[in-house]
Amino acid sequence: MISISSLEFQHGTGEFHLRVPEFTVAEYEKVAVIGPSGSGKTTLLNLIAGILTPKTGTVSVNHTQVSSLPDAERRDFRIANIGFVFQDFELLDYLNVLDNILHPYRITRALLLNKEVRDRARALAENMDIADKLQRYPDGLSHGEKQRAAICRALLPQPKLILADEATGNLDPDNKQVILDLLFDSVRNHDATLLAVTHDHELLKHFDRVIDFQHFRNGASV
Amino acid sequence: MSRAVSTPLVVGVKGSALDLVMSTLYFDDAVPELMTMAETDRIEDSGLALPIPVYARFQARGFPIVGTTLDYFAFRGLEIADGRQLAIIGETVLGAKAAEALGLGPGDFLVSSPETPFDLAGVYPLKMNVVGILAESHTSDDLAVFVDLKTAWIIEGLGHGHQDLIKNKDASLVLERNEKNVTANAKLRLYTEISEINLDAFHFHGDRSQYRLTALITVPHDSKSGTLLRGRYVSPAAATQIVQPVEVIDGLLQNIFRIKNVIDAIIMVVGIATILAILLVFALSLRLRQREIQTIFKLGCSRLTIVRLMAAEILIILVFSSVLCVGMMTVVDHFKNDLVRIAFIR
Repeated sequence: MISISSLEFQHGTGEFHLRVPEFTVAEYEKVAVIGPSGSGKTTLLNLIAGILTPKTGTVSVNHTQVSSLPDAERRDFRIANIGFVFQDFELLDYLNVLDNILHPYRITRALLLNKEVRDRARALAENMDIADKLQRYPDGLSHGEKQRAAICRALLPQPKLILADEATGNLDPDNKQVILDLLFDSVRNHDATLLAVTHDHELLKHFDRVIDFQHFRNGASV
Repeated sequence: MSRAVSTPLVVGVKGSALDLVMSTLYFDDAVPELMTMAETDRIEDSGLALPIPVYARFQARGFPIVGTTLDYFAFRGLEIADGRQLAIIGETVLGAKAAEALGLGPGDFLVSSPETPFDLAGVYPLKMNVVGILAESHTSDDLAVFVDLKTAWIIEGLGHGHQDLIKNKDASLVLERNEKNVTANAKLRLYTEISEINLDAFHFHGDRSQYRLTALITVPHDSKSGTLLRGRYVSPAAATQIVQPVEVIDGLLQNIFRIKNVIDAIIMVVGIATILAILLVFALSLRLRQREIQTIFKLGCSRLTIVRLMAAEILIILVFSSVLCVGMMTVVDHFKNDLVRIAFIR
């Protein structure tokens, strides 16, 4: 599903330099990425999603070389194939939960908003146990409910790859497990691949594979 | 300004030159300190100028009563459009707009407004006969009620007419009668209207030179006479002053334009500050919304669409604030005269 080779990335300031010689994730695999803060885990997710582009090397997702696509095509590819779950939920305060879930459909022409999508959004919310919260605004939700809404938003376009950037980082232990279970169930139900960045070592046992980002500093391939 | 230019000199009691000029030329409500007729005699005796006394202190139904002499009409070039010129005391000639506003014409009456209605010993209203209407001159004269100087003094109470105690033998009118003097009581009827029948009964008490005026319009025979006359008022000890209305009005206009320039500068500074504040608000708003913008971008929105969204928001704010601004400006423009009057005049 994901294939990275000879990747090098440098931020504009030049202080941060990421090198990934080889990195692969198979289809339907659930992979956790761990590593110290500042090691480039989030940057790696952004490179896979096509939000950032590498200096050299290639990033392929589902046999498409994302890194070489033009901006607009890369954006469309991300919308159609990749769901992103953020650590801080990134819900918009001025939209209710349903509108937040549907928001990707409203800001891009690559996704078509219709009744079927709305019904699917309600069904997802039902699965995530937030169906009765759809008309509420993020301010009126708990952390767990916010993250469920964010997962719904990421899953709604039925992506084949889900990137989760510390999706349980802001949650209490009970909610962590619940959210992780929901995420795994959703990934299984949608036949998706999951690449999740986490700091929580207790959750690693649930993943098929764990990649320690410390390896990349030593120039290893994964 | 043309009225100021056409009025060479004005004499009045020392004080505000602006009040003196505004009262004499435009019959402004603010009456300056009063002077005496002695000043008229002084100027006449000098042989340097023609003094035209003006006594603009009283009002009739909101219009200024201007007591003056026939020289005033000749000096201003005022002509009678209907009726005739003043002939005897108690008569009035109305300015064109005053006559129109009051709905009066020759043969009608106009009563002067009482100054102190609750003062029994005060000035009594005088019923004046309207004998003429002036042709429109597009000056303050159009809004004036002109009377003879003596009529103005009668309104003030310096002159009056009453029953003749010599001819009238009614003992109930008399407090004391001797060979030299007859003293009447309060039953004596004072005339409140001057007619041909009681005209002879009107008379003045006291020294005429001490009768009061608001100002003297002074018309020098030539420029040299004017200069000499002005020189006679240079003394700091003098109780009166002589002013050139054109200089006073010019100074007033300069002050007005100076104030306008200051206000324009303030408006410009406030405007620039407002624009900078608006830019700062937008900049801070964008900075505060960086995370939201980044989220929208990560969710798949193109940068161009984000820019369009922000531009649309700013445009909506600008349109709404412009509509609000235009609405407020329209209201202010509609009521500007009343607002200026309320804020600065009364």
